Amino acid sequence: MVVQALIDQGVDTVFGYPGGAVLPIYDEVFQQNSIKHILVRHEQGAVHAAEGYARATGKPGVCLVTSGPGATNAVTGLTDALMDSIPIIVLTGQVPTFMIGSDAFQEADTVGITRPCTKHNWLVKETDKLSDVLHEAFHVSTSGRPGPVLVDIPKDVQFATGSYSAPKPSTSHYQPQVKGDMEAITELVAAIETAKRPVFYTGGGVVNSGPGASQLLRELVDATGFPITSTLMGLGCYPASGDRWLGMLGMHGLYEANMAMHGCDLMINIGARFDDRITGRIDAFSPKSKKAHIDIDPSSINKVIKADIPIVGDVGHVLEDILKVWKSRGRKTNSEAVAKWWSQIDEWKTVDCLKFEQKGKVIKPQYALERLEALTKDHDRYICTEVGQHQMWAAQYLGFEDPNRWMTSGGLGTMGYGFPASIGVQMGHPDALVINVAGEASWLMNMQELGTAMQFNLPVKQFILNNERLGMVRQWQELLHGERYSHSWSESLPDFVKLAEAFGAKGIICSDPDDLDDAIMEMINHDGPVLFDCLVEKHENCFPMIPSGKAHNEMLLGEAETQGVIDAKGSVLV
Amino acid sequence: MSALKLKKGSTSHSAYNLRPTFSDVVEKHTLAVLVENEPGVLARVIGLFSGRGYNIESLTVAEVDHQGHLSRITIVTAGTPQVIEQIKAQLGRIVSVHEVHDLTVEGPSVERELAMFKVSGKGDKRVEALRLADIFRANVVDSTLETFVFEITGAPEKIDAFADLMRPLGLTEVARTGVAALPRGD
Ligand SMILES: Cc1ncc(C[n+]2csc(CCOP(=O)(O)OP(=O)(O)O)c2C)c(N)n1
Ligand SMILES: [Mg+2]
Repeated sequence: MVVQALIDQGVDTVFGYPGGAVLPIYDEVFQQNSIKHILVRHEQGAVHAAEGYARATGKPGVCLVTSGPGATNAVTGLTDALMDSIPIIVLTGQVPTFMIGSDAFQEADTVGITRPCTKHNWLVKETDKLSDVLHEAFHVSTSGRPGPVLVDIPKDVQFATGSYSAPKPSTSHYQPQVKGDMEAITELVAAIETAKRPVFYTGGGVVNSGPGASQLLRELVDATGFPITSTLMGLGCYPASGDRWLGMLGMHGLYEANMAMHGCDLMINIGARFDDRITGRIDAFSPKSKKAHIDIDPSSINKVIKADIPIVGDVGHVLEDILKVWKSRGRKTNSEAVAKWWSQIDEWKTVDCLKFEQKGKVIKPQYALERLEALTKDHDRYICTEVGQHQMWAAQYLGFEDPNRWMTSGGLGTMGYGFPASIGVQMGHPDALVINVAGEASWLMNMQELGTAMQFNLPVKQFILNNERLGMVRQWQELLHGERYSHSWSESLPDFVKLAEAFGAKGIICSDPDDLDDAIMEMINHDGPVLFDCLVEKHENCFPMIPSGKAHNEMLLGEAETQGVIDAKGSVLV
Repeated sequence: MSALKLKKGSTSHSAYNLRPTFSDVVEKHTLAVLVENEPGVLARVIGLFSGRGYNIESLTVAEVDHQGHLSRITIVTAGTPQVIEQIKAQLGRIVSVHEVHDLTVEGPSVERELAMFKVSGKGDKRVEALRLADIFRANVVDSTLETFVFEITGAPEKIDAFADLMRPLGLTEVARTGVAALPRGD
């Protein structure tokens, strides 16, 4: 019945790991051919793979794991998906209903443990309700602000036969509002017409709203000629090659993007949530602007930053209405003032905040990414990352032309996310070039998934920027803790080439900038998983950086400015 | 500041009433939350308050619509207007929550609480306890030669006042239900 429900929901891929409490479902999986089951090597890997699949395809990702340790291993992935609003459905086995509460073997209070890290969860005690709950799980996960859901299914419920009902349009009371309020939309249009220093600030909500939302966004941005910046989660909604693109904003965002946010008079937040990585010091955040905030989740509005024009609704629907109203009122903008604003922005751009110098025989991480970009950007390419400096450099130096092409752990910052996510992406796009830009430390956190990639012939490319450091931790220790580098070394690293070979994969090592292009080409051209050990400068810091507790216009641009910049108050922040 | 009425499925509610005044004044609000009567729903609500660091001053819950499978949770909470708005929005996000009403701002409402007080004493104190109970319209629901159990209903302030009076007269145990509240009129 479980498999039937998944098939009826259009599921073609499940990431999972068996165990005693899910054997009846695995028996069903064995006896069918419609759903591919990808056997991961750790349940955390299953959940991140499902996230990668969901993010890259726009369809929900599905996992199947056993009770107890299977379920607890899924918790990090669930939390990650909750923070980044990724639709996934996790099915867990549970001990039989008559043993619940008896501390049975591999019993855990799965719905209790996962209640705060799911959008919703269910324990199904009656087989007759199972199919309806499964269909409702898909509805809840994918409607409104997407998120992870979990269905806990005791083993006796799996064994029992019950009546199955096919999916039908949800009749549940959970039907989030998608249309924005027209009065507020009109107010926003009026603000657009008169704004002198406008900026679009977009986020992951645009991706979640679907490709149509990105199209509408492009139309609005190009028609108004307003500058646009995006959070880490929203990269690709507006093309990096587009005229109006300022680059990413936030803690490691571009100078021009952060300065524009600081100095604007109209901020149009579309599907972003004023995260602390974005705002920096709240009381100094964009002090002179009127702020419009479009979000499908009412709780995002006024949570951190007061919205002058709040609009609850789905980004796609709201953008459509904004365009309609703006056009019907004559497509007006204050073009003279906006042109002046652009000349100010162009001046900020001349700071060239991402400039670096590749000199000598050691590869700079920025250079490695610049070459990776040059050699892969014309491919049908998907990029995942782990968490750390390499993640920020990837966001800065790679260009994203379309949504759903960039998979990264933003809200939770989960080291170990990228490798399994790349496996999920490759499952969704078997012929694409899928690259995980990794740090050596993060990559080791879920390295066991190399077995999965080999078993299922998934040619994922693991591009490791190996600085032999927990680079981001080291950077903070340098700036904040008097250069006392407590446990931020990657000691006893494996020989990554041999490690790859031990799994039957290809390993490449590169340490010379002159060899880099050839090595990257070798990686791209190899038909199979590749572990690329790119030895880079060990002490490179990631700039620009807005130190914790500082405002957008107090950005650090390079090494020279880093002495004593973070005060005691800032240092308690993360 | 006006109410955020989060009725799921409605397509017309205006986001205009999401505008809070960002003030530091801590206000006490009584919220009525209609929830699906299903296992774990109370844990979801309480987990939200503890997880996000909100206050619960009082909380009552019981099924109110057997057919519709609905329970009503009445929560008295305190916070700045921004926090109260967040609490309501966060409650509205819980999938099992059908409706959130802020009785404090949605117009006049009545609040009642039931409490039981055990008072033990002899002589004058016992007589005085009985006399005050009469003034407060508290009922004696159990009595021994040395103890009374009083039952009292009323607004929480009235119950507080009664407790203050009973304390010097030998108050030994208190049980309170927490606030139940309804809006007035229709
Ligand atoms: C699971 C987990 N544990 C700890 C951290 C804290 N953390 C953030 S970045 C980082 C270092 C990452 O090192 P590496 O993967 O080598 O990337 P680099 O910064 O060197 O590019 C650490 C330990 C985290 N984000 N996730
Ligand atoms: Mg590193």
